[in-house]
Amino acid sequence: MDQLKSYAPILPEIVLALGAMGVLMAGVFRKQVEPGADYVSGWLAIALLAIVGVLIAMGGPGREVLFEGSFINDAFSRFTKVLMLGAAALVLVMSMDALARARILSTEICALILLAVVGMMLMVSAGNMIALFLGLELQSLALYVIAAIDRRNVRSSEAGLKYFVLGSLSSGMLLYGASLIYGFTGSVDFSVIATVAQGRPAAENVGLIVGLVFVLVGLAFKIGAVPFHMWTPDVYEGAPTPVTAFFAAAPKLAAMALLVRMLLQAFPGIASQWQQIIVFISIASMVLGAFAAIGQTNIKRLMAYSSIGHVGYALIGLAAFTEVGTQSLLIYLAIYIAMTLGTFACILSMRTADGPVEDVQSLAGLASTNLGMAFALAMLLFSMAGIPTLAGFFAKLYVFGAAIEAKLYMLAIIGVLSSVVGAYYYLRVVKVMFFDPATTEYMPVERGAGIVMAAATAFVLLFIILPAPLADAALNAARALHGGTTAAVAEPAPAAAAARAGAGTVPGTP
Amino acid sequence: MTIGIGHYLTVAACLFTLGMLGIFLNRKNVIIILMSIELMLLAVNINLVAFSYYLGDLVGQVFALFNLTVAAAEAAIGLAIVVVYYRNRGSIAVEDINMMKG
Repeated sequence: MDQLKSYAPILPEIVLALGAMGVLMAGVFRKQVEPGADYVSGWLAIALLAIVGVLIAMGGPGREVLFEGSFINDAFSRFTKVLMLGAAALVLVMSMDALARARILSTEICALILLAVVGMMLMVSAGNMIALFLGLELQSLALYVIAAIDRRNVRSSEAGLKYFVLGSLSSGMLLYGASLIYGFTGSVDFSVIATVAQGRPAAENVGLIVGLVFVLVGLAFKIGAVPFHMWTPDVYEGAPTPVTAFFAAAPKLAAMALLVRMLLQAFPGIASQWQQIIVFISIASMVLGAFAAIGQTNIKRLMAYSSIGHVGYALIGLAAFTEVGTQSLLIYLAIYIAMTLGTFACILSMRTADGPVEDVQSLAGLASTNLGMAFALAMLLFSMAGIPTLAGFFAKLYVFGAAIEAKLYMLAIIGVLSSVVGAYYYLRVVKVMFFDPATTEYMPVERGAGIVMAAATAFVLLFIILPAPLADAALNAARALHGGTTAAVAEPAPAAAAARAGAGTVPGTP
Repeated sequence: MTIGIGHYLTVAACLFTLGMLGIFLNRKNVIIILMSIELMLLAVNINLVAFSYYLGDLVGQVFALFNLTVAAAEAAIGLAIVVVYYRNRGSIAVEDINMMKG
């Protein structure tokens, strides 16, 4: 019984994994009224995500470690998990109607989204390389299938194929790097790697640094940062819009959080090495995101380049390598997710009687046909561009502030300049909506999409009034990473300690 | 000559590079890409097992076992996606995967 009680920190993941199986089973044994319009599974999945979110929010403060340090439950993981669960639930809320119309609202997609979220939760809680890899793969394998879920559509299956090939390539790189890190430090544990790397001169860390570079390449693929971003526009364009919305929100956050935890907990001793790489990736992503989006006519492709740029801005917070920097990164990601979900709720509402449209020009004159949606989309795009008093402005303010505090002036200057360039293409969409003559008549906005649109718009408008709760929660989460690296970890499970003692005595010396 | 850790690492690095080149240079067939991915993952296993033996630490071999299972799952999903793609497009030649530019 005590053994069972010691598993309490991982209870949310267990509930969600079993719940995903439950949703799948319920779907198999239930007679469906209409194939491809399985609303029951959708609502079950939303309820599960909400329950698990409450479970995590109710969990006590502090840091708990399970399974010999491979699972860490701290303020950082709780913050990111609640965000991910919220993002996944909101994506389902806003897109169930769209999925049903495309006849792909099946039991499978609900179960796959839940399993992907389990993988993401394990990723942000990973305390060693094995847990990191397994969480990442659980997430990625589910996402490959979700990208290709519209199996009668050649674009969706091509998106799935491209995502699969490049995703597996990145997993291979990450794994090769992990094997080198293991070989040159003798452990897969983040805390042990940190101690080993810190305790010896830099010249002996060459193998470790090569391994770290491979791992960073793998993770840069997953967050879609330049120069490993080439899959993003194709996958965003080809996958069904609800799936794109999900991809832009939850997995980005999870991979980013994983990157932050790994760099801060396993490699604080060689920070000067990885900081250069992160600074480069960040600058390249910001600049490419700003310039490549200018010529796009497909709004989903535009959002793909926009997300590449946002990843660059968020990485500034990581490059700073300070508590304030990590806090700013988490604030940035939280605001980014709200803006992205709102914008995709608008994109989901871009549909005529013939079906969904994705052309930016089809938004022409939206202000005269549907002022509410035009206003919401305009506010969200202004916020993404970083227009003052909207949430996106504060997100950028926090990261640039952190960069200046860390004396990364170059990064801050390039960031400001590229956000000026980026503002151009956001404003172009607003101009098309408000000043061009109307050409396309959209269908009325559906309830789920409307709710998310309104909520996201309210968030970006009202963030200025009450920024403290988010900022405090992010600071608390950042403290958990910056303070907890050297503190001794408590092992609640006696069996785990015994297992480790047993493993230590196994012969195998060459 | 004794075979040391360096030799194993070299073999693994060669296999890994071959796998990566197979993905980028191959202009024929998606199945070859799947084989190349598998080659990369198995090169990592050689690395892990060699390090595990060299360090006298079992964790590397545990990692290799996890790696094998994940590689199997990945191959299954990859083949499934290729089948779905073939049904829609009627071809799995690499140059035909061009519905979207980029």
